[in-house]
Amino acid sequence: MVQYLRTHLDASFAALSDATRRGVLEQLGRADASITELAEKFHMTLTGMKKHVGVLEQAGLVTTEKVGRVRTCKLGPRRLEEEAAWIESYRQLWDLRFDELDKVIEELKRKEKVDGRKKRG
Amino acid sequence: MDARREGEATPMKNRTTVERKSDRELVVTRTFNGPARIVFEAWTKPELFKQWWVPKSMGMFLRSCEMDVRVGGRYRLVFGHDASNSDEFFGRYIEVIPHSRLVWTNEEGGHDGPVTTVTFEEKGGKTLLVMHELYPSKEALDAAGTGAAEAMGETFEQLDELLATLGVGQS
Repeated sequence: MVQYLRTHLDASFAALSDATRRGVLEQLGRADASITELAEKFHMTLTGMKKHVGVLEQAGLVTTEKVGRVRTCKLGPRRLEEEAAWIESYRQLWDLRFDELDKVIEELKRKEKVDGRKKRG
Repeated sequence: MDARREGEATPMKNRTTVERKSDRELVVTRTFNGPARIVFEAWTKPELFKQWWVPKSMGMFLRSCEMDVRVGGRYRLVFGHDASNSDEFFGRYIEVIPHSRLVWTNEEGGHDGPVTTVTFEEKGGKTLLVMHELYPSKEALDAAGTGAAEAMGETFEQLDELLATLGVGQS
């Protein structure tokens, strides 16, 4: 499990390969900010910024919290309890796997349908 | 403003949950949109198992995958690009009930490895999968978690270094 997580986190770390995302982290290192503020700061659309924040959030580098109509971003999850943090990483690992398993299942269902038709025909 | 809205165009995704049920147990659950026999097949046929166990985004490479799925049969997964840089995971199946239950040991870590039980419960064409990992002791599960936390810690140290080079003060 440790080995799986280490590799998964290495992959997550690739989230940092993007200059805008590094800039966002730099910004959040100074102060928490809303998605709107970040979009303005980096001259981007709200949708574009949401995507970048989404990537950082998935990598566990940023957490977001919606208060009223404003979604605030902050550096994370070093603020999480250690156990909560590794359980969340483990969950993300299985979530990735299961998304792939969904595809395998869809493919098997499709094949079964085709085979069924062949048998009847 | 809700980032979740962007997901509305894609079909509904089933949620994966992980919970530490007790000192020695970790439980992962997920529902799949297919009958149990199909989900079970994807867990027990190497050519299918390989397609999902190592998602591309994990950056891992599964070099070999052997599975002798019957009571007492062994499995062995080898990761890595070559022999000098590889990780192995292996153990034995101790219960195999087609389409409903699989139990195996995880022996790569010596005696501290968990026993994994996966159950497949079909309801209305969907399958609820429950994966239960039972560790030999609280210490063994804590150690696995601590190891994972340390791996994360290293990642965050790298991040700290990066942030330092970017000129961000540590708060």
